[in-house]
Amino acid sequence: MGILVDDTTRVVVQGITGKEGSFHAKGCREYGTQVVAGVTPGKGGQEQEGVPVFDSVQDAVDREGANTSLIFVPPPFAADAILEAADAGIRLIVCITEGIPVRDMIPVYHALKRKSVNLIGPNCPGVITPGKAKVGIMPGFIHLAGSVGVISRSGTLTYEAVKQLTDLELGQSTCIGIGGDPIIGLRFADLLEMFADDEQTKAVLLIGEIGGTAEEEAAEYIIRSKYPKPVIGFVAGRTAPPGRRMGHAGAIVSGGKGTADEKQKVMEKAGMAVCPSPDAIGKTVKEALSSVA
Amino acid sequence: MNVHEYQAKQIFREYGIPVPNGKMCTRDDPVKEAVRELGGDTWVVKAQVHAGGRGKGGGVRVVHSVEEAEKAAEEILNMRLVTKQTGAEGREVRKVLVEEGVAIAKELYLSMLVDRASNAPVIICSEAGGMEIEEVAAETPEKIHRETIDPALGLRAYQTRRIAKALGLTGPAVRQAGKMLAALYRLFGEKDASLVEINPLVVTEQGDLIALDAKLQFDDNAMFRHEEILALRDVEEEDPLEAQAGELNLSYIRLQGNIGCMVNGAGLAMATMDLIQYVGGAPANFLDVGGGASAASVEKAFRIILADTRVKAILINIFGGIVRCDRVAQGVAEAAGKVDLKVPVVVRLEGTNAEEARTILEGSSIEFVVAKNLRDAAEKVVSAL
Repeated sequence: MGILVDDTTRVVVQGITGKEGSFHAKGCREYGTQVVAGVTPGKGGQEQEGVPVFDSVQDAVDREGANTSLIFVPPPFAADAILEAADAGIRLIVCITEGIPVRDMIPVYHALKRKSVNLIGPNCPGVITPGKAKVGIMPGFIHLAGSVGVISRSGTLTYEAVKQLTDLELGQSTCIGIGGDPIIGLRFADLLEMFADDEQTKAVLLIGEIGGTAEEEAAEYIIRSKYPKPVIGFVAGRTAPPGRRMGHAGAIVSGGKGTADEKQKVMEKAGMAVCPSPDAIGKTVKEALSSVA
Repeated sequence: MNVHEYQAKQIFREYGIPVPNGKMCTRDDPVKEAVRELGGDTWVVKAQVHAGGRGKGGGVRVVHSVEEAEKAAEEILNMRLVTKQTGAEGREVRKVLVEEGVAIAKELYLSMLVDRASNAPVIICSEAGGMEIEEVAAETPEKIHRETIDPALGLRAYQTRRIAKALGLTGPAVRQAGKMLAALYRLFGEKDASLVEINPLVVTEQGDLIALDAKLQFDDNAMFRHEEILALRDVEEEDPLEAQAGELNLSYIRLQGNIGCMVNGAGLAMATMDLIQYVGGAPANFLDVGGGASAASVEKAFRIILADTRVKAILINIFGGIVRCDRVAQGVAEAAGKVDLKVPVVVRLEGTNAEEARTILEGSSIEFVVAKNLRDAAEKVVSAL
């Protein structure tokens, strides 16, 4: 099981002939993901290491049955690439591109809401269901199939967390990096809802960071839905000074809001087990799991 | 990206948003001429720095004669302006804005930004202008009005009337508010602003609406299509090391501690800083070398970190996913050789080819402290001080 991606996932890579696109398309295939097509406008008819390249996403859907898109298109054109995928009937769009202007993402967000399509990202590492499919840029080998769902706003910090889990032989059902931008597709609460219905998932790890209200929304959802599975939380950025953007466009403490302390309190109030420090993520998950087993 | 008040007001003028007449002066400009050109009998001299709370810090003076104006400008240009946003060391003032005085009947607050909960632009306004909006929000939340804008429909006329009502406007100011809000919304979109803030927005004794202050912030990700805004950048307002790091495409923020940090990825960088503090140390900086972490970027990062003389030890934490750790290790060893390292360096490399990386570092002529995990790295760097 797991959520979002599995062995029925058929990926089209938008921007497959670029440096990043070609490199990661190969990485996904090597992991065992079905990468069935690539898209680069003007390069239709070519092949990229055995993968047929098309001019449009519609062609990739019609000819190769693509149902999932992985986007590496440069920032000025990425918003359009997302809309093109949605228009072609793709059901899951994973946008890796970093640096898309907020003004471009606002209409995209609202357009996607009117369709039955899910967006992960932008500015994210993607999604992996260990042993089944990797649709993203994460190192596959650190993962282990299992029962912990992982949702994170970060990239390499997710790898760190996953490694801690794997080292303790705690496998993962599906890991999703939701992205570090102010405007993103699926959020913590949406994914928690999916994990709630997934039989393979026994607990969910949320890796948050300062800025925004994503963690507060998640906590509210956990309380409101009487969430059926244990949720473990971590918030990065305790030492971040206010008013400064910590790399991610979304990671900023402003007007005294969005601090790590505040978010941890909200998580605790929702009954989540909160990791006291970044090296204790694996351990905290293990304790939470053993308390329900 | 931030701009100065005088620059923001120039953009306001281009959009037909009323602002007081004014002139920017540096230490070399004759304030006397600026005052005479503006005319009238009351002027305001305002420090131009990229930090809020200037009034409380003594950076804004009301003057009534040419001599007073000259004296105020000289004093402000010679001060280190300390506000709650600058920290105790304050900020050097290099420019002042000399403006005509405005007879104020009422002070209001107005801002526009993108609300992350609704993924749409929102206008926030309050009758309680001139104060810090966070204080108003905390103490009298009923005085704050929020108007969310449907991005597909844009700002509608009935919404501007609702805002005017929330601000307690009457008479010609209602129509003026409608015009001003439409212009602000246009500016917000066309210029890729991330924040427009007018505090205070004032009603004059004549009953007219005018933006007495102006703050504009822009979306860094959109600057590729705004050369006109990039031209307004004032590098002197930025931390020199941060500006230098920016040119090298490194995300760097200077902090107060003495442990230099070099990490790939923003989230892991924050978590590394957090852990350093957790085990009793103090991070000197946030530094994200990016997903690539090549030998070249590692060398640049070393130079930036070492340019901060407070740094007494360095922690390198790289989680190699796509990037191979052995390559990074080679980069670290080479760069360390080039930059004349005088402080201990603790290295933690995890992920792809981590074992090979450890062998390379241990065989290097430079004595690296190799850590086996995140916790070990943080403890080792703190004890290396």
